[in-house]
Amino acid sequence: MKCAVIVFPGSNCDRDLADAITKVTGRAPAMIWHRETTLPDGLDFIGIPGGFSYGDYLRSGAMAARSPVMQAVVAAANQGRAVLGICNGFQVLTETGLLPGALMRNAGLNFLCRDVRLTVENSQSIFTSHYAAGDEIVLPIAHHDGNYVADAATLDRLEAEGRVALRYAEPVNGSARNIAGILNDAGNVLGMMPHPERVIETEQGGSDGRRLFEAALMALA
Amino acid sequence: MPPRMKATVTVTLKNGVLDPQGRAIESALKGLGFDGVGDVRAGKIIELELADGTSRETVEAMARQLLANTVIENFRIDMP
Repeated sequence: MKCAVIVFPGSNCDRDLADAITKVTGRAPAMIWHRETTLPDGLDFIGIPGGFSYGDYLRSGAMAARSPVMQAVVAAANQGRAVLGICNGFQVLTETGLLPGALMRNAGLNFLCRDVRLTVENSQSIFTSHYAAGDEIVLPIAHHDGNYVADAATLDRLEAEGRVALRYAEPVNGSARNIAGILNDAGNVLGMMPHPERVIETEQGGSDGRRLFEAALMALA
Repeated sequence: MPPRMKATVTVTLKNGVLDPQGRAIESALKGLGFDGVGDVRAGKIIELELADGTSRETVEAMARQLLANTVIENFRIDMP
């Protein structure tokens, strides 16, 4: 089980993500700086953390998506490696085109930082297999640009193909169809706005995020 | 310094994409008492200094690859 966490200038959830991976697997991930052009051999799992990569200049995730390391991440994703993008990581994944749609400014314009209730829509993916479809879980959000936008045809396709992994239980940020997390067509890439890495043990106020890491990292072990 | 020319890329949200910032500007203008304000859309202008002779195609490639997210945005290029 070899994991890596990508670190951009302005990432601020990279250590939380590394900690979650270490607690679940017993082994620390490689931390990969954005200027790297290659990834370690034999990686099973790549995490793209939350934060404000490159200061959110131009658009959230836009600069990070064009950084050298992301070409290697896109290639790894296309080879079937598991890739999880959280918050800014989700924005980066949409900017690279690995995931469809875009994340715009929250409908209410406010930065939202609180716990939200989510429904697990698809429990068949490598990331969500330790939940049951329809499970309600609570994860924290902390974002300004989490308002998921895609055209109607794309949204219909995501729904029909079971690629909406997580949905807000009630409207939070204006996201189309309350979408909080989506999968790519092969199911090996998940982007989500909520932060599972912040709730992996009860001392953090909740542990609903732990099963996501256990599912993904055990499936790959 | 080689001779320089300028290009301006204007990035706007596509029609049909809700613009939360435009909405806020609209309601603020109305709050200031400006009547008759309809739909407000916010975008951005990017000014590029370029080597003389840079083609419009090159600027278009810049816009497509980075300056605009064509999932949600349109762009217009103004250059000599």
